[in-house]
Amino acid sequence: MSFWNFLSIYWPRLLSGVVITVELFFLAAALAIVVAVVAGLMKLSSNRAIRWAAIVYIEVFRGTSLLVQLYWIFFVLPLFGLTLEKFNAGFIGLGMNLGAYGAELVRGAIQAVPKGQWEAAYALSMSPARRMWRIVLPQALAIMLPPWGNLLIELLKYSALVALIGATDLMFQVKQINSSTFLSAQAFGAALIIYYILARLLLTPAVRWIEARMRRKLQRG
Amino acid sequence: MNWRWDLAWQVLPHLLEATLATLAAAIIGYSIALVGGLVMALGQRTPSRILTVAVRETVEFIRSTPLVLQIFFIFFVGPQFGIRLSPWVAGMIALGLHYSAYMSEVYRGGLEAVPRGQWEAALALNLSTRSTYMRIIIPQAIVPAITGIGNYLVGIIKDTPLLSVIGVAELMHTASSIGAENLRFLEPYTIVGLIFLLISLPASGLTRLFENWLRRKLGMG
Repeated sequence: MSFWNFLSIYWPRLLSGVVITVELFFLAAALAIVVAVVAGLMKLSSNRAIRWAAIVYIEVFRGTSLLVQLYWIFFVLPLFGLTLEKFNAGFIGLGMNLGAYGAELVRGAIQAVPKGQWEAAYALSMSPARRMWRIVLPQALAIMLPPWGNLLIELLKYSALVALIGATDLMFQVKQINSSTFLSAQAFGAALIIYYILARLLLTPAVRWIEARMRRKLQRG
Repeated sequence: MNWRWDLAWQVLPHLLEATLATLAAAIIGYSIALVGGLVMALGQRTPSRILTVAVRETVEFIRSTPLVLQIFFIFFVGPQFGIRLSPWVAGMIALGLHYSAYMSEVYRGGLEAVPRGQWEAALALNLSTRSTYMRIIIPQAIVPAITGIGNYLVGIIKDTPLLSVIGVAELMHTASSIGAENLRFLEPYTIVGLIFLLISLPASGLTRLFENWLRRKLGMG
């Protein structure tokens, strides 16, 4: 079967897969950003217990493999009474995994904000929360944006792993098409092209655009 | 649900045995990537513009698409054209190629960091292109690239579980089949997570030692 024929028959399934992949991507990214900021700040805390909680979270999620984490969340958590839908298990696993990598970026970026900025905020007698929110975080954001962009591109690619716990993303759809039709080259080839378009022609330019905008904004402010 | 020590002890030897397969897969994939990455990096530096663009786009394509999809593609598409690859061979090609693309970017950065004067000096000494690369440029290009090269060793170990999708009997695959046999996933998956932690936590320290050793060895302390 020619590739165009293949696309004309299977495009609805491919499209529904893409929709799920995109949904997973945004939910996981949102979760990762929240978790990363919280864990990154926790790791900088002067309280030992809080710092260690963050270290354990970061090392566990960075040190074990994402696939292991997804299987654990999906197959083992139900034994503890926490049963998650495939889709939810997928985006939570992705988000928690990415959050651990992001936490290190947040920590590194906050530490990279010049000491004088902290001192100046202190001299202006800003409250610690205000200092963090108004002075430190915006500057840290500019420092960590480029590596975050790379992380988001990794996220899009690793999102394909949720197919292995049965979430019906693009990867899952082409796997199903492959096993029912044996049109491997067409099915997996189509998915390769779609992921490439999503990553290279949509996500990468979007990330660069946000970076440029943020740089301009901070310079003006 | 309770942790069953008897089951944990019973499955542990099998999982340790599979750990060897995981490490073997990582080392083979990594060796392919070390060489393949260099080929891809040098392929972008030839006078031929067509070759440069072709290699560049191939690298971008490999880097922007999911590894798990590439594994499926290589394993399933071969038979459609009469090429049968065993899971191990297909898996090693996919893993090696994927990381070659990443590694080539690290090499490329290293090559670009070598000062122009070194090239000119080699030219002035009438060295052949081959000796210029082998004796002058590559040894210097490796040093700034070492950290990146080292990080991908840990990365590749954590990506080996993806090989389980085509039936390579590494750690994840073994744990899943043990889990399915006993209808209990808690112990095997948790042990797999712990094994990955035990590998990756010291691995980053070890790569740093190796980096220092290599730096000394190349006489660039």
